[in-house]
Amino acid sequence: MIATIAFALFATLTIASAVAVIFARNPVHSVLWLILSFFNAAGLMLLVGAEFIAMLLVIVYVGAVAVLFLFVVMMLDVDFASLRSGFTRNLPFGIIVALVLLAEMIVAVFAHNAGPVLAGGAMAAPAVPNIVALGQLLYTRYLFAFEIAGLILLVAMIGAIVLTHRSRGDTRTPRASRQLRRRPQDAIDMVEPGVGEGMKL
Amino acid sequence: MIGLGAYLIVAAAVFTIGVLGIFLNRRNVILMLMAIELILLAVNINLVAFSAYLGDLTGQVLAMFVLTVAAAEAAIGLAILVIFFRRRGSIAVDQVNRMRG
Repeated sequence: MIATIAFALFATLTIASAVAVIFARNPVHSVLWLILSFFNAAGLMLLVGAEFIAMLLVIVYVGAVAVLFLFVVMMLDVDFASLRSGFTRNLPFGIIVALVLLAEMIVAVFAHNAGPVLAGGAMAAPAVPNIVALGQLLYTRYLFAFEIAGLILLVAMIGAIVLTHRSRGDTRTPRASRQLRRRPQDAIDMVEPGVGEGMKL
Repeated sequence: MIGLGAYLIVAAAVFTIGVLGIFLNRRNVILMLMAIELILLAVNINLVAFSAYLGDLTGQVLAMFVLTVAAAEAAIGLAILVIFFRRRGSIAVDQVNRMRG
């Protein structure tokens, strides 16, 4: 009973905030609605026992991706009102496509419910916690894919830095190779001036 | 009791909203990226729901990989957006024809 209420709450809020994401006038509000949507989706995932994915969703999406979006939205000085000019023109076509898509997917769900496409095995009571089971799977059977995922993140990080890096012309950076090549005999001149003669440079 | 169908319908709705968002905000690339995030979120809900339904953790592992790719995509997309804004002074993407592809 409580699970049903929680599901209804999370599902309603997920869909409602997703609608608010695409219809909000202010992109900052859009990002905030996106965060709410992710939180409620994490709740949905908690309900089926996927605790680790739920936490990961909050950490990665809310902690990293949404903050990145917020940072970019606030950093760029964009006239967002002018960007909405095509909104009403695209509305009818977009609504038609969306309705067709939604109808197709819901029909697919009901078709699945009607016929025995898959014999759904009831979820056995987990012997180990979700995170332990996931870790055992991830570090044995999916180890290669896991490392590829790490590589993807590395490439994304380097790519983002390379793309946005801007070498400024007005900074003076030391040339390390030149500094290291310099030897004491090139730089220091030992002289022994006589008394009363002074230095000649 | 909540069935698999309820989860699939929620995911379908979120996916549809994401597609609709891409159609509606054709000029605002930030909102398009957010709509893509919504679509990937719907995929994740589906993966987790099927994982619980079938009693197989592979779906959750796959959801993790989708999450990784979504994070990488957001980082690269926003980096491209920042340099595009630096060059053009605007993020209206309906007339992006610099590369003449």
